Amino acid sequence: MSENEVKDPRIDGIKTKIRVVPDFPKKGIMFQDITTLLLDPKAFKDTIDLFVEKYRDMNISVVAGIEARGFIFGSPIALAIGAKFVPLRKPKKLPGQIIFEEYELEYGSDRLEMHVEAVDFSDRALVVDDLIATGGTLCAAMDLLKRVGAEVVECACVVELPELKGRERLEGKPLYVLVEYR
Amino acid sequence: MITIRAIINTANPFSLLLGHTQTQTQAHARVSECEMFAVENGLQGDPRLKAISDAIRVIPHFPKTGIMFQDITTLLLDPVAFKHVVDIFVDRYKHMNISLVAGVEARGFIFGPPIALAIGAKFIPLRKPGKLPGKVISEEYELEYGRDRLEMSVEAVKADERALVIDDLVATGGTLSASISLLERAGAEVVECACVVGLPKFKGQCKLKGKPLYVLVEPSQFDDLTL
Repeated sequence: MSENEVKDPRIDGIKTKIRVVPDFPKKGIMFQDITTLLLDPKAFKDTIDLFVEKYRDMNISVVAGIEARGFIFGSPIALAIGAKFVPLRKPKKLPGQIIFEEYELEYGSDRLEMHVEAVDFSDRALVVDDLIATGGTLCAAMDLLKRVGAEVVECACVVELPELKGRERLEGKPLYVLVEYR
Repeated sequence: MITIRAIINTANPFSLLLGHTQTQTQAHARVSECEMFAVENGLQGDPRLKAISDAIRVIPHFPKTGIMFQDITTLLLDPVAFKHVVDIFVDRYKHMNISLVAGVEARGFIFGPPIALAIGAKFIPLRKPGKLPGKVISEEYELEYGRDRLEMSVEAVKADERALVIDDLVATGGTLSASISLLERAGAEVVECACVVGLPKFKGQCKLKGKPLYVLVEPSQFDDLTL
């Protein structure tokens, strides 16, 4: 959102419901806990409504949600806009034929998997997660979708940590977030 | 394509035996002790159940030999069938004063939130160890080999809340039992557990730790004729 845009009045209500937990999962991290947002049915609904209002006329055919918190937001969005829902999962959870993409963690690496047959070149995809930090996971998600030929239209998150510059890792793809935490 | 499995699913031999009449009433008709499957509990003949069952893919020998894995991801690729699942659950629970929907990580995170949103309830994720910040309680449960643990935020639940537990599938009932324990320990009343797929061994014994269990469909069969 640019500074010239008027902020939707629902945003403040959403921001106040996100609990910041210091030093979790380890010292120095200010953890953005969205579970407190989920405890407020109105704020949770406002969150989903904001995404649905933005995407329902953009011809999105698939919403890809990143395990596990991306499932919580991605699933209701997919249902509301009539799109497929595709879970992007940790290793060995998805049966059948999968492709995977590795990505860097602070220490070591992890892997995201997707069913090959779930998405194809005709799909217009929205990637959803609760938060973007360094952008590593979202980048891996976008790569999986691109490898099967889908067009990644946009990435959407509830929270962004702008100082970690994750937005710059999305190869020019737009990122839409509701709340920034500085 | 018509397969043998599809033909079997459209007839309900149990209903014919018990002389049930066809009703078109919604799923939230009476919850009686042994009417746990949706088809026996007001949804007999509902074409949505067949659409849901047909959309679930069976993967043999996953995650190991002998297990016929019920893969609901193919259901999620069918927006109409996915919406049927949510609609059936919402119709059942919207007048039951449910204040809290607890979803079991991770596939319960796919079905639980849309239900919670539609009925105006809170959503609480029940998670693997170490994922939830703040004060948590945990409950161990048995796996086939070894044990696992489920955690819940204590601060999320108030006493006397009416809770619904959601997961994609019930097999042994271990995970759901642990979920019920967590909620009861925090003072909530578990009204029901709900799953998309349930193993038929629960038929006729449709209580888990004394709580009713509501299931939409039996496991799909792996059928060589279906491409």
